[in-house]
Amino acid sequence: MEQTGTLTVKRGLAQMLKGGVIMDVVTPEQAVVAQEAGAVAVMALERIPADIRADGGVARMSNLELVRSIMDAVTIPVMAKCRIGHFAEAQALAQLGVDFIDESEVLTPADDAYQVDKHAFTTPFVCGARNLGEALRRIAEGAAMIRSKGEAGSGNIVEAVRHIRAINDAIRSLTTAPRQEWVSRARDLGAPLELVAEVAELGRLPVVMFCAGGVSTPADAALMMQLGAEGIFVGSGIFKSNNPRAFAKAIVDVTTHFNDPQMIVQASLSLGREGQAMAGLDVRKLPESELMAQRGN
Amino acid sequence: MARPNVGVLALQGDVAEHIAALARVDAEGIPVKTVAHLERVDALVIPGGESTTVMKLIERFGLADTIRRRVAAGMALWGTCMGLIVAAHDVAGVDQATLDLLDVTVRRNAFGRQNESAEVDLAIPALGAAPFPAIFIRAPWIERVGPGVQALAKRDGHVVMVRQGRVLGTSFHPELSADGRVHRYFLSMLHGDQRIGKASTAA
Repeated sequence: MEQTGTLTVKRGLAQMLKGGVIMDVVTPEQAVVAQEAGAVAVMALERIPADIRADGGVARMSNLELVRSIMDAVTIPVMAKCRIGHFAEAQALAQLGVDFIDESEVLTPADDAYQVDKHAFTTPFVCGARNLGEALRRIAEGAAMIRSKGEAGSGNIVEAVRHIRAINDAIRSLTTAPRQEWVSRARDLGAPLELVAEVAELGRLPVVMFCAGGVSTPADAALMMQLGAEGIFVGSGIFKSNNPRAFAKAIVDVTTHFNDPQMIVQASLSLGREGQAMAGLDVRKLPESELMAQRGN
Repeated sequence: MARPNVGVLALQGDVAEHIAALARVDAEGIPVKTVAHLERVDALVIPGGESTTVMKLIERFGLADTIRRRVAAGMALWGTCMGLIVAAHDVAGVDQATLDLLDVTVRRNAFGRQNESAEVDLAIPALGAAPFPAIFIRAPWIERVGPGVQALAKRDGHVVMVRQGRVLGTSFHPELSADGRVHRYFLSMLHGDQRIGKASTAA
């Protein structure tokens, strides 16, 4: 017997990425910088979220020639994004052979009602979530990995903190709920009962959960890891800083030793006196139309 | 015999899965991040993960010498997938640093990218007649097996499990399977004959 595309091997790749940092890159050269710094995977993109935000307009799947050149440039896994619900973009990325597809709110949604049926693919998917119900709906659709959404391209960690706390608080509450409450809880979460029961018994999601959206310093990474993230996506935080190599390495080091304040100091010092993180945005001042986290539910 | 303390290198990768699998075979899995942690364990597992990432972190945090010294002194070590690559003598086709604890050459992602990752019923004669439910994820294979190394399993003609003395390597991830036989096999190596698989026993 030899079987590809099973839940076990799809979720399994996410398990191999745990404790690591996945970095957004827009060129093969950036992908090599990320790999050299110790990234466990790269997200191949045409534009990082901060630029998508600045440019406006419709953001689509990246140029496939670019994605392929990044796949050729590094040995670590390569992820790429499709628009929410755009299963044809997902089919193209799967056929190209990317290792993970991110059905992402950072791109302009293609379907405002339904997300991709991810069970139909051999390639695993990662999806964003702001709360437990959203995470379980994505898992029910076949997502092999969850990332808390945060607010991409904002350089502001507040939304990432809000989302991971919301997910973990809801999981904690489920673990102490008597079985009698599970059906009502599933109704309130808008999630399948089987997954609700599984989370209640496991005390965690049945897939790996990373954090995304707003990590821009080593201390941000340590914060999210201590709050229960199993790894970190960094989008704009590395290549919008003034020293991508140093920021990339510092965030990797801290993600490994997230419980060690001395490592936060060392990693932060390694950025030097000139080290400057990306500029940030006050998420409260963004108009609703510019909030990415609200896309998809 | 007391429950052995088996360190699981916890720089990156599926550490919790190995600790849970060790608990299922009555061993104590302990996350290892520092030289001080390394000195306290009876054996070491290098889990699944990204080999380029973990080898950089091993060097950055100064763990390589201690791992090599303890293995030379007889500590059992097992690498799964990424761990096999990190333990190998060298990596085919790329210039990648390794710990050089196993006299083998590995080829990374040899079975393909993620779309080719697979669950395979694998014959491992050393574990008995029943096939082992092996999980391969962007898996390497072993291209060259040194004279002192015993090949324990093959998939499609490619070596995917080896032993040299008290060092074990698997291309696949027994920590993701419910079957505990490879973990038990590793535990048996803690006190077993160091010469198994070495050239001297081939005579």
